[in-house]
Amino acid sequence: MKTVMALLFALLASGTLLAREAAPLAADVAVEKRMVAITSVMRCLVCQNESLAASQADLAVDLRREIREMIKQGKTDKQIRDFMVNRYGDFVLYRPPMMASTYLLWFGPFLLLAFGLAGLVVYLRRRGAQLEEKDLSAAEIRRAEELLRQQEAGR
Amino acid sequence: MRRFLIPLGLFVVLVGFLAWGLKPGYDPHEVPSPLINKPAPNFDLTQLADPKLKFSPQEMRGRVWLLNVWASWCVSCREEAPVLMRFAQSGAAPLYGLDYKDKRDDAQAWLARFGNPYVLNAFDGDGRVGINYGVYGVPETYVIDKAGIIRYKQIGPVTDAALRDKILPLLKELNQ
Repeated sequence: MKTVMALLFALLASGTLLAREAAPLAADVAVEKRMVAITSVMRCLVCQNESLAASQADLAVDLRREIREMIKQGKTDKQIRDFMVNRYGDFVLYRPPMMASTYLLWFGPFLLLAFGLAGLVVYLRRRGAQLEEKDLSAAEIRRAEELLRQQEAGR
Repeated sequence: MRRFLIPLGLFVVLVGFLAWGLKPGYDPHEVPSPLINKPAPNFDLTQLADPKLKFSPQEMRGRVWLLNVWASWCVSCREEAPVLMRFAQSGAAPLYGLDYKDKRDDAQAWLARFGNPYVLNAFDGDGRVGINYGVYGVPETYVIDKAGIIRYKQIGPVTDAALRDKILPLLKELNQ
């Protein structure tokens, strides 16, 4: 019983220890929520396949700190996004802005879909034409009867 | 025969895309800086050698100069050090350093070990100035013109080839 109590106590104690360690992150839940919402659609410059919200790179940690501070200063989401774009370019945005150089990016998939649909229509039409039932000519009917007779005879 | 032309065409296009990705010198990690042809962000930092002295890019108005972002923990900065040494000796342009997210003692020891090509170093301990300059991989080097406009950014170590092909011709042009 004593050991169980001691173990339980140790567990509880470690729990509070962990909680204390995480405190600075969750100091202000509202700020944290907004920060994560903003940074989860941004690219980390250091490890480019990770979002700024998820990355543990030094720069990402610093940038999250900057963004947290800007939120506390009452900056709008747009101001924060502009801050990032001014420094790192549109590349930081996972959703690039719509402009002449990104039209292909935005509409490319629809273009491919249109091509695919056009190809499908052409293919189906062609196949439909091939499958159309045609009446046999007199010669073909004679040949078919001939073949059937041979089969009968062979059996 | 025609049946094979379509897959062959697609294959050639695919190979073209792959070849583009393998182009020598192409680094997908390199992000073009939006700060090119924009004013260099101002700052007012203490100097690495003496915390009582300050340095601001404002002081460099009217001169073409280089700002090299480095740190004692940065491995490719060691590779770059001899190139910068030679550049500083050539006197093509004054070279200033921005010691990024570093400790003063570590940085001083690094300079003693790998050489100090800098006129002076500004000390950016918490990396805030680095963020304003869009630094995301150290070393990075900025060429700043007489009006305080950033004209070129070298991402990664300055190499002899980069000096010869880009930086030195640009300095010549800007100094005219």
